[in-house]
Formats: sequence, structure tokens, C-alpha cells
Amino acid sequence: KFSQISRSYDIVCLLGRSYRCKCRPPARDQFQEELVIRPLHSGDIYASFQFRTLWDTDFLQERQKKVSHYRLFPKSLGQVLSKFSVRELHISFTQGFWRTMQWGQPFIPSPPGAELWVWFHHTVSDVDGNWKELTNVLSGIFCASLNFIDMTNTVQPSASFKPLGLGNATDHRFLRYATLPREIVCTENLTPWKKLLPCGSKAGLAVLMKSEKLFHSSFHSQAVHIRPICQDEQCTSKAWELRQTLNVVFDHYTSGQGKKEWSLFKMFSRTLTEACPLASSSKVYVDITDNPELFELSPATHLLSRAVVLGDRRTYSVYDLTRAETFGQLRSFNLLLRWKGDNMLRPLLHAERYVAGFGLQTGEIHTVIYNNHPYRAFPVLLMDSVPWYLQLYVHTLTVTSKSRDNKPSYIHYQPAKDRHRPHLLEMLIQLPPHSMTEVTVQFERALLKWTEYTPDPNHGFYVGSSVVSALVPSMVAMSTNFTQDQPLFSSFVPVKEESSYFVRVYTEPLLVNLPTPDFSMPYNVICLTCTVVAVGYGSFYNLLTRTFQVDEPSPPLAKRLANFIRRIRGVPLLA
Amino acid sequence: MSNDFLQMHLKAVMSCLVIFLYKVHTTKAGQFFSSGHTNNWAVLVCTSRFWFNYRHVANTLSVYRSVKRLGIPDSHIVLMLADDMACNYRNPRPATVFSHKNMELNVYGDDVEVDYRGYEVTVENFLRVLTGRLPPSTPRSKRLLSDDRSNILIYLTGHGGNGFLKFQDSEEISNMELADAFEQMWQKRRYNELLFIIDTCQGASMYERFYSPNLMALASSQVGEDSLSHQPDLAIGVHLMDKYTFYLLEFLEEVHPASQANMNDLFKVCPQSQCVSTPGHRTDLFQRDPGSVLITDFFGSVRKVEITKDTINLTSPVEPPIQRSGSGDIQIESLTYVDQLPVAEIIHQKPKQKDWHPPDGFILGLWTLILLVFFQTYGIKHLKHIF
Repeated sequence: KFSQISRSYDIVCLLGRSYRCKCRPPARDQFQEELVIRPLHSGDIYASFQFRTLWDTDFLQERQKKVSHYRLFPKSLGQVLSKFSVRELHISFTQGFWRTMQWGQPFIPSPPGAELWVWFHHTVSDVDGNWKELTNVLSGIFCASLNFIDMTNTVQPSASFKPLGLGNATDHRFLRYATLPREIVCTENLTPWKKLLPCGSKAGLAVLMKSEKLFHSSFHSQAVHIRPICQDEQCTSKAWELRQTLNVVFDHYTSGQGKKEWSLFKMFSRTLTEACPLASSSKVYVDITDNPELFELSPATHLLSRAVVLGDRRTYSVYDLTRAETFGQLRSFNLLLRWKGDNMLRPLLHAERYVAGFGLQTGEIHTVIYNNHPYRAFPVLLMDSVPWYLQLYVHTLTVTSKSRDNKPSYIHYQPAKDRHRPHLLEMLIQLPPHSMTEVTVQFERALLKWTEYTPDPNHGFYVGSSVVSALVPSMVAMSTNFTQDQPLFSSFVPVKEESSYFVRVYTEPLLVNLPTPDFSMPYNVICLTCTVVAVGYGSFYNLLTRTFQVDEPSPPLAKRLANFIRRIRGVPLLA
Repeated sequence: MSNDFLQMHLKAVMSCLVIFLYKVHTTKAGQFFSSGHTNNWAVLVCTSRFWFNYRHVANTLSVYRSVKRLGIPDSHIVLMLADDMACNYRNPRPATVFSHKNMELNVYGDDVEVDYRGYEVTVENFLRVLTGRLPPSTPRSKRLLSDDRSNILIYLTGHGGNGFLKFQDSEEISNMELADAFEQMWQKRRYNELLFIIDTCQGASMYERFYSPNLMALASSQVGEDSLSHQPDLAIGVHLMDKYTFYLLEFLEEVHPASQANMNDLFKVCPQSQCVSTPGHRTDLFQRDPGSVLITDFFGSVRKVEITKDTINLTSPVEPPIQRSGSGDIQIESLTYVDQLPVAEIIHQKPKQKDWHPPDGFILGLWTLILLVFFQTYGIKHLKHIF
């Protein structure tokens, strides 16, 4: 339908050129969609959707008129970018935790809950004010409680979270980072996310996104990433890129009676019938690196693509949805894969975190980072943001690798201010090869004011995930060239050098119990006190002030009559 | 004389015609514009938290579903759910909320937009939404942007008592506060007519104190009675709906946008034989007769259409191609991506110059105290050693 309209516009333009009609300007935006399916060695299936809209425009330039004609780029996000002078925006909503040891590295990492980090333009004068308004506007767009992001959980990292887009200046005063580990992700977040896509959920790969199947999974993460990127290989001009990604890990192995056999229909309860007409490319990639004998893939395809992603060269079968042959005679595309073998994927870097200690007064946070490379050491940047009510004692901070002290080469610590800002701890640690590094710090739990407790305080309070950013040495040389035809999943992080790739690992969030008062206590105290006062004091008061009077009962009727007659006669009355 | 006769005849005919036309006008057009509202809003609130209060979320979502089905768009619905049941880890069927046992009807659906959720559902936020006194940065989807021609439906469900409704197990709203909020809405002309439905224990106590005009109220039980839940589902493990809202949903499923069902039918929903409690209603503040009020006046969004034969010229939506600034400004410098982990740069990073703040009051006071004590003990003549 859309392609027909655009074709008719072209015809009208051709005809109308002689009549000087106002044709629409040549389209400077394009849309690409792709789906990558990767079987994981634990038997789960990892499906990663990426939708990218590229637009050659400038939201921030003052000399031009304000952008008002939106075609593929969603208007709500465009207005947000220009109003708040945003240079880069990354927001993700995740349900579940990514298990690096069993699943390897994700294409786009994200922590549990909601995470938002934004780089503002250097012309912004009041970054905090813009940040507060931006979180409110985004909470309305995504139906999430992002308005709970305020100064008490926002940090300004000094070395982590460098911009992923173009730019030279990296003054960290314009960066803000916040997470809400308690944030729930459900259909109400998926609905507005789907509405941002040019084809909505009516055509293309987005028809597969049925919430009943997507949320019945081990891991579900949807994200929006907006940044400026190079338009072409010479990189002389910028274009805005909007990436919407949805990563989901299905657990069909345990729920499917142990058979490693799945299809698109089984995963999503839908098959694909057409590509999005507005998309310039629409592809499905299936990871078939491990030994073709291990797989049985149908429908078969000859299109293969090799890409180096996350330091590993992998081979993918490609299905191009813009070609009608992919859909076959039934006009429906359903992928079937029967998997026979096992493969072990050892991730080179992974991290975990837990709380040690007992009682409700003190505790210890342990962050453990594993370097599984056999002979190379590499540096990692660990960023920890702890809420103010866990009072960290930084003098107890220890970093040990292989039971020896490991001194970080860079430490940035910003202490918390009660009810104002959280702790921020950033450290650059060199991880020795094939080792486990442990970072421990002791803390004390604070007693909150009684109005600051949530309605369910016995659930506990969440501490956001730690972020480990690292340049991991790669087994395979990565290409630093940037081409337009690169699959989306391998072009998210810009590659600067060939021998290592950048990766971000998130640890688990912590759930910590704070000393919780008994909220029914005031009611009980009032009842008890009033009872004691009434019974005790009341009796005492009566004893002191009560006087007794003798009161004669009224005489019976006969006596009363007799007295009455006697009074008349003038004779003395009876007793 | 024939002229006069003719004129009189003509006048009589004209007056008859006028009266005839007027009658036609009141019967068709009069009916058309009798309700006096031009837009519909709905505020649907579930005030209970925790998994065992699944039924309150299902209640609210059933009304949401009916209201959406009958035409009110998401932008005109403010949905407040105090807890998430659909994606709760205890839910055996994620992303679903069922209203009938055996999982017959999923009221959560695939197209739901919740405006206030979790900890945001508080008495303060509810009253702010009603009265419109929200902070300026609140997004549109969280506001009740009604005007004096709006018909508003307000639905509350949760745990309540005689004169109060509990919000999230930690605070409560009283019937007087609610009545005052409605009076504020009336004085600011934020509604044309308002229908208030409440499904809690002793729900009738919540509408006892209303005193603003054009309010109609329904409750699931009288003062002193408890509202009961309907049926549990053994697979999910909790009660799915409350009796009153269950029968209300059943009634609303039969209503379609052109239906002529009126409020008297709504009052008959769930009699005592089905509900065990006695539903109550209050119409004394309402100006129209309930028998002439259509269900779709509040639950639906029936738009009045005015057909015109005039043509309207639209301005061209397409802007002329934006001219990039002149050739003198071309920057040939190539742009680069930033290094994600520049180790050398990080190690040699200078500490940020923090903005200088004047010393805090506490520090100033402390220094003043120290100086005072010093001069008191040693005398003022030592001042000359300082200056």
C-alpha cells in the first residue's frame, strides 16, 4: 500500500514537473529491519530484532526551520530530541537477567529493569533541568514510571559510557545515567514501542511480536538507541540513526520435552508473510557457524554471510524477505531448525555480584569479575552506583586477583549525600589472564524516615547493576571499515582497532532488606495506651473523687396509700 | 378584504409550518444534542497491590476493555494500576489477565496502555489527576484534559470500608476528600456529567457525601455489607473477579456503540440474588432523568457528526526542500567516533574542577564559634596579631 502511494507520487512528480507542482523532496531517510536467530548451547534460542531508521536531518541546528515533516522517523522522538538538545539517547527495558556463562554475550547488553543514559549537546546550560523533564516526557511515551528518576538515583560517570555516536568533545558534564532496577516490563511498554516503527506491528518482522509469547521467556529486553552516525564511508556528514532492538531468549528446550527443535511458529505463534514495504532491506539471519552437520535448516538457502561479531567469526544463513521467493507458494515463511549437537561457548569476560553478611545493620557487596582468556590480560572499567541508604565505607574497599592485592590504575569516587545523590565508584582494573578478581566493600544500612518506605517495604530495596566495560582481545581480526551493507547486529559498536572489541557486561541487581519498622505499631500502641488509661486512670479517678449517698428505695404501693391516708388524717407517717 | 383573508390565511399557514418544523427539530435534532457533551473521558483506578488482589486489576481491566471497545481512545483514558499482575512472576500465563475461570477472556489484551503504575498510584496523584493540578512536566497521557463538555466515567476498585478506600495498603482516601475533589472539578468546569462507579466493601459510603451537581454514582454494596469475589481459577490460584464487576462486564459485553440501553438497566445489574450484597445508586444530584441517559453517554465515545457542503482549502503539508547553508560553510573535516575505553586517557584524567560553593552555614557557624571562644579566653588584644 505504501509503495503504491510512493510510486504514484513519483509519477505525479514526473508529470507535474512541467507544471511546477510542489513535489515531495527526495527521501533522505531509510529503514532496515533484521532478525538474528542464534541457538544457544544450553538449548535456548536467542532471537534479536533490530529496526534501524536513518535520517539525514539536523534536529539541533538553529538556522534551519524546525523539522516538521516526519516520514519514517517517529515524530514523538524527533520532538524530544530537538526540545531537549539531546546528542545521544539510550533507553532499555529488560525483564530477566542475561546469563553470560550459559548464553555467551548478547549483541546489545542491558541490565534488568529500566536503564536510561543520555548525552546532551554542549549548548545546554541546565543539564539537570533538561534531564528531569526528559525523564517525565519519556515516561509518558513508554508508559513506564521513569518519572521516579531524579537526583537520588542519577549519576554522572566520569569514564564509562562514552558516546557511541559521532563526536569529538566528551565532556562528561553532559552525560547522565540512571537505572530503575525495580521497573516492570509488560505489554504496556511493548505497545508504544511497536507504535514507533514505520510499519507498526502490521507488516514486516514486527508481526512476530505477540506479547503472550514474548513475555513467556527467560529474557526479554527492548531498547531504543538514538545517535548520530556517519552517512557514508568518508564520514563527511552526519545522519541520525534510530535503532529499536528487541532481544528475547526462549526456553523451549525445557518446556518442549527436551527436543531441540523449533520453528518461527513455535516461538512467536506467527509466520512471516511479507516484508515491511517501507523497508529498504528486511533480512532474517540464522547462526549456523557450528558445523553444518549439526543443523537441519528448512527452508534451505544458499545465501550465506560471514561476519565478525564479538571477536568471533560466524557464518549466517540469510533469508531476504524483500524477495518474493523466500515466501514460497504458501506466501508464508516459517523457519524450521532441528539441532543435533552441542557446542560450548566460553565467554571471555563475565561478572557477578552478591551481598554478603548477616543481619540488618551491616553487609558487604562482593563483585566478582572473571577473565577466561588463557594468556592475555586486559583492563576493565567497573562502574558501581549504590543508593545513598546503603552507606559505603570506602576505606574497606579491597580489590584482589589470584589472592593478591590488585591496585586499580584509576579510581573515581563520589560519596553519596543523604537523599540527594547516590554513591558513584568507577575503577579501572587490570585483569590478569585466567583469573578471578574480587572487589569487596562494606556498607551499613540506613534507617529511612517512615514516609520514605514503599508500600511493600518487606520486599526489599533494589540496587542497580554494576557495569563492566572492557576492550576484550579478539581471536579474529575485526574490520574497521564501515559499510552500509553490514548487518545491523555487527555494526552497533564502532570498531576502532582490529585486535579488540568493546563489550559491556552487567551484573545482577541486588535486593537488600533495610531495617523496616512495624507499620501497624502506631495503631496497636494507641489501642493499648487508651485501654490502660481508661481502665487504670479511670478507676483511680473514681476512687479519689467518688462520694456515696444513701438512697432510700421507694415504698410499695400499699404503704404509700396508707401514708397518704395518714397525712390526710394528720397522723404520723409509717417508716 | 380577500387580501386580508389571504394574509391571515398565509400567516396561519406560516405559524403552523413553524410549529411543525420546531417539533421536528426537537424530535430529531433535539434528541441529537440532548446530552450536551462533546467528548468522553474515563479514569479507571485499581488501588490494590500484591498477587492475591489479582481480581481488582482484572476488574479495572474489564472496564478498560469495555470502554475501549465502545470507542473511547487511549488518549482519553487514564488507567491506574497499582501492581502488575500480567507480568508478575507468579502468573502462570505471562502477559495475560483473565476474567473468567478456565482462561476464557484475556482482558489485558495486546494493546493496553497503563498511565500510572506501581508506586505512582497514590491518593495524591489520583486527586491531582482529577483536579488537574499536575506539575508542568507531566506528559499528556497522564493528564485528564477534560473541559466543561466532557462526560467522565470514574471507576474505583480495591479494599474499602465505611467512608474510606485503601490505596496500596499504606494510605487511604476518605469520602469527604472525594466529594471535595468533585466540587473542585465542578467549580473549574472540568466536567459536564460524571458517573462514579465503585466496587469495594461498603462502597455506598463513598458517595454519601457528594454535593456537586451532575453526579451519578453506583456502588457494589451498601454500608455494612461486604462485596464478594466471584470465582477462583485453580490454575492461577487466586480469585479472578469481583461479583459486581463480573456481572457489569457481562452486561457491557452486550452493549454496542449504537445501543439504546439506559442507566435504569445499569442499576439493575447484579441484584442481590447474584451479588449477595445490595448494589446501590444515587441520582439525586443528576439533572437528567436516568431513564433518558444512554450507557454510551459515559462508556462510549459516540461522536456527533456535522455534515457540511462547503469546501475547505488545505495548505500543502510538504515543505520545500531544505536548502543547506551556502557553500562557504562546508566542513571538510571528517568526523570520527569516540574511543570507547581510552585507557591512557582515563588514567591521566585530571580530577574535575568542581564548582566553588561558598562555605555552608554549618561551617560558618562552627568557625564563628571557634573564633568567639578563642577571643573570649585570650582577650581582644590578640586581634592585632591576626590583622
